[in-house]
Amino acid sequence: MSEANTKKPSRRDFNRGLMRGAGLLAIVGVTAGMGRRMRKDNTVWQLDPDKCVQCGRCATECVLNPSAVKCVHAYDICGYCDLCAGYHQPSAKVTDTAAENQLCPTAAIKRTYIEDPYYEYAIEESLCVGCGKCVKGCGAFGNGSLFLQVRHDRCVNCNDCSIARACPANAFRRVSAEQPYILKGQSGEARA
Amino acid sequence: MRFGKIIFIVLLLSCIGISVFAVDRFPRPEFDSGHVLPKITTPGARADVMGYVDIALLIVALALASYLSLKARSRRGLRLLGIFSLLYFGFFRKGCICSVGAVQNIMLALFDSHYAIPLGGLAFFVLPLVFALFFGRAFCAGVCPLGAIQDVVVLKPIRIPRPLGLLLGTIPYVYLGVAVLFAATGVGFIICRFDPFVAFFRFGGSFAMLVFGGLLLAAGIFVARPYCRFLCPYGVLLGWLSRFSKFSVTTTPDDCIQCRLCENACPFDAIDEPTPETAPEPRAKGIRRLAITLMVMPICILLGGWIGGRLNLPLSYYDLRVQTAARIQQEEEGTATGQTFETEHFRNTGELTNNLLRESADRQNKLQLGGWILGGFIGLVFCSRFLGLSVRRTSKDYGPNSATCLSCGRCFLSCPKEHERLKKLRGGGGAS
Ligand code: SF4
Ligand code: SF4
Ligand code: SF4
Ligand code: SF4
Repeated sequence: MSEANTKKPSRRDFNRGLMRGAGLLAIVGVTAGMGRRMRKDNTVWQLDPDKCVQCGRCATECVLNPSAVKCVHAYDICGYCDLCAGYHQPSAKVTDTAAENQLCPTAAIKRTYIEDPYYEYAIEESLCVGCGKCVKGCGAFGNGSLFLQVRHDRCVNCNDCSIARACPANAFRRVSAEQPYILKGQSGEARA
Repeated sequence: MRFGKIIFIVLLLSCIGISVFAVDRFPRPEFDSGHVLPKITTPGARADVMGYVDIALLIVALALASYLSLKARSRRGLRLLGIFSLLYFGFFRKGCICSVGAVQNIMLALFDSHYAIPLGGLAFFVLPLVFALFFGRAFCAGVCPLGAIQDVVVLKPIRIPRPLGLLLGTIPYVYLGVAVLFAATGVGFIICRFDPFVAFFRFGGSFAMLVFGGLLLAAGIFVARPYCRFLCPYGVLLGWLSRFSKFSVTTTPDDCIQCRLCENACPFDAIDEPTPETAPEPRAKGIRRLAITLMVMPICILLGGWIGGRLNLPLSYYDLRVQTAARIQQEEEGTATGQTFETEHFRNTGELTNNLLRESADRQNKLQLGGWILGGFIGLVFCSRFLGLSVRRTSKDYGPNSATCLSCGRCFLSCPKEHERLKKLRGGGGAS
């Protein structure tokens, strides 16, 4: 170590010490300044479903493949329609489960019969790629109960979310890790 | 039945214009069968306590790297530590958050009152700097995952001609300056966006970044740790502080015997030769040098600032909001026809165009002011690097430059004195 080798403190060592003090002061200054601008909880990225226009970039811009953004369903505002505008192609003649009649490119929406005339739609997240096609359909012709969210069991919480940088609707923002979702429906009302 | 209703609604909507946000077009059903609505699942984010684990591991790793590079003088230990850091901070934590990028969080927190920095971000920024102030670049030696991934491919390092090294060595200053400017004005985090290795840590990323990272690693076989030396913006800060560190790595554990065996041992060209004994500069000459310096320096800074202040347009082009605003304006004035992806979807949001234009103008103003400061800073850096204004170093021995040495420990075994020390250690162990 350099210190061990020098016999007597030279002027150079003194200058070094001085500069070290200045450096330490700068670090302490920054830390103290940050102290007031600090938060205890961590932050994560989330998209505001009210701003999202389903442009499709959530599926393509995420660093993960498939994207960490998935469609979620607010069951409490769903109309349980037989002809679901999120599930069926607009051109679909019959409201069956044939793949060519489905809007979702990966057939990630599962529908179950509840009772006449109601069906329930659930998203199989391992299949969903977050393209937002169903969200668009449901928002335009249905109750708007399907919406996109960053799913935090998948998201790696990039320091700078690449979707946020590419979102034309400016829908992404940092939220507290303790309340990491911006939901629609009843469960969403609690958030405000 | 439902089908008819849909047709009716669609017809109705096409008359009044479709709103994406409309809800309650259909009544919510009352189930006779007593069906219970499922709840939305909300899988949680990574627990905060894990953030504390990260910070604790960072401290332990920094302390260990300091010990291994200064006291134990163990290259093997440093290599193992580097591999651990690569696995944990790199592959397991997927590279986020890292110290190299954390400077941007600091800047954003300073200038954006809506952003508060999480403890982890602050700790990852500050701790390596504090260690650099006392123990040299211990962080680079075996803690930084970006450094560690490059360190494993250093196989056939070649020497870089000194002028070229000096020239390339200015890139990190420019990079740091631009990154700080973009973070402070809220444009974005370019250090994260152009992190060449994070795509490897996540086993996926954009094709361009994978290629860039691959090329850097390939170049790194010959040009040891190219990102560290010619790009890393955090390395600038670490270098500033480690230049004055209390303890720094030395090639010899003892006195230098001028054998010159270590001359080529550093793959990063960080070992300085002894400066030749020269007669002290005559006083008059010294004063003249100082006068020239004092005259040239402000010119460099002003020139840099002037150029920087003019760069706000190309700089702001990087910002999506500014880009969209500019295009929308053109479309409305009729100088551009058709819509781009951004303008089309921006219009779908229903946000007021004026809003966007105001935000864009505001950001451009900030970038213009920031451009002046950035340019001045870069002018200062170039001036002091190329006009020989840096502090004149005097040293009688061979030894690592405390600012550029990455504390990797590769040079230790080139020193005959080190072999003596090891022999003594082993001998001592055998005798007892
Ligand atoms: S990028 Fe933005 S607008 Fe596009 S789908 Fe994602 S949140 Fe919606
Ligand atoms: S933070 Fe990263 S992983 Fe998460 S949604 Fe954004 S880009 Fe994807
Ligand atoms: S349509 Fe797209 S967003 Fe909707 S479930 Fe399928 S993959 Fe997911
Ligand atoms: S120079 Fe930068 S990238 Fe290299 S090890 Fe140091 S902090 Fe990491």
